[in-house]
Amino acid sequence: MSLLGDVARWFADPAHWQGPQGIPARVLEHLEYSGVAIALALLIALPVALYLGHTGRGGFVAINVANIGRALPSFALLGFGLLIAIPLGLGLGFWPTMFALVPLAIPPIVTNTFVAIREVDRDVVDAARGMGLAEGQILRSIEIPLGLPLILAGLRTAAVNVVATATLGAVVAGGALGRFIVDGFALREFDQLVAGGILVALLAIVTEATFSVLERASRSPGMAAIR
Amino acid sequence: MNPRRALFAAFVAASVIVTACGGAGTGGASPSVSRPAVTVGSTNFYEQLTLGELYKQILEANGYKVTPKFNLGNREIVYPALKSGQIDIQADYLATLLAFVDKDGKIAKPTTDKNETLTGLKKAIDADGLTVLDAADATDQNGFVVTKDTATAKNLKKISDLASVASTMVLGGPPECPQRPFCLIGLKNTYGLTFKEFKPLDAGGPLTVTALEGKQIDVGLLFTSDPSIVAKSFVLLDDDKHLQLADNIAPIVRKDLLSKDDGTITKLLNSISAKLTQAELNDMNKQVAVDKADSKVVAAAWLKKQGLIK
Repeated sequence: MSLLGDVARWFADPAHWQGPQGIPARVLEHLEYSGVAIALALLIALPVALYLGHTGRGGFVAINVANIGRALPSFALLGFGLLIAIPLGLGLGFWPTMFALVPLAIPPIVTNTFVAIREVDRDVVDAARGMGLAEGQILRSIEIPLGLPLILAGLRTAAVNVVATATLGAVVAGGALGRFIVDGFALREFDQLVAGGILVALLAIVTEATFSVLERASRSPGMAAIR
Repeated sequence: MNPRRALFAAFVAASVIVTACGGAGTGGASPSVSRPAVTVGSTNFYEQLTLGELYKQILEANGYKVTPKFNLGNREIVYPALKSGQIDIQADYLATLLAFVDKDGKIAKPTTDKNETLTGLKKAIDADGLTVLDAADATDQNGFVVTKDTATAKNLKKISDLASVASTMVLGGPPECPQRPFCLIGLKNTYGLTFKEFKPLDAGGPLTVTALEGKQIDVGLLFTSDPSIVAKSFVLLDDDKHLQLADNIAPIVRKDLLSKDDGTITKLLNSISAKLTQAELNDMNKQVAVDKADSKVVAAAWLKKQGLIK
């Protein structure tokens, strides 16, 4: 119980809310780490998954390859990232962490996007094709809008995983909320450690909630009426 | 050395030792002198095994029958073994052992001075039936290292040389460093150093070594006897203003063993401490931990090179 009191006191201390090592700065860093990782993962995964979903080819292989990302331990990828980033002059902290986070974000994006596009009613797609729409138009104006809620659900899973795992950056001299956890552990300051954990959990919940709202908003009005 | 040759060399070394013992027993040493049986112990990491081998081999070469009890575990296990007579001799580190034995500093507190800490330790372990012999120059404590390039470019040999350049340098060390008196606080108070930036890494581990090698940090905290200092040609800056507590290596010995002996054990172990400099220890650590050489072979070669055994 005394630990909970210590944690409450830690949060109440105004010193922890200021400067480059304060909570707001660390939260922003955390969002930057997570945001860049998700953006990079989208850049890699989305075109591939959209293409495969639209053509219906190679989906099984793509999903299985992407799933390797789930099997690789992020911690090992972080070490691997460090060994690659330093000779490339990318430094400590941010880039090695990307090596751990991007492979984590790719599988849910690939899987969900592929399934989202495949699951669009084939009658609708055939009708569009019959009306003379080009393949690119079908993807842009039929398949993506109808599959959007499912694509966003994949993005939500990826984002929550990434936000929770971005804490690893602190192990390789990075910033973000992991700093509170790693430093708290090193200094045996368990109030700081627990506070860091709580902040990461809160941020993950906020991420989840935000994407849920987006998901609901993205549902095509026509589809909503049917359901 | 390939593993098979290393194994062969170890085997040869072992047979030589066994033969030497047999020879001594049948009249190699003077028969009028009694040679008490000795048990040498060690904790469980490479440096301790090498130190144990050094003590064991020099005693054996002088006609003592030595039983090795190496790799016993940490100090929590080895110290009670020493106290209860399960082992007679072990190499330990002055300041750390003193703080371990005399937790509240009632008898003595470790200081940055080798002799003062040694005297304090002698008092603190006396009641346990133990004493400490001469301490070596070699230590295993916090050390600040730079790459050879940095040392040459900025002409750095000792920590105080950093004074004019620290403000342009990045220091890397364990995350707790900024709040520790033997790390960033000590560097500021004792040496007046303020670095451009501090990067939180690990406690003298692979992350610090990688960051130093990759020039992500300019100065790194490693332990003074870390094998990567030799392996990566890092330069260990001399702690010229004595920030660190004196963690010099010294033999801890049971007093009842010394009372059965004619002073030869003391003389032999002190002869090792006299020659064991930081560079010599680090070179042996690198051979064992990086090159994977057998600590038996490394210890024997060192004793021969120093002229301590034939």
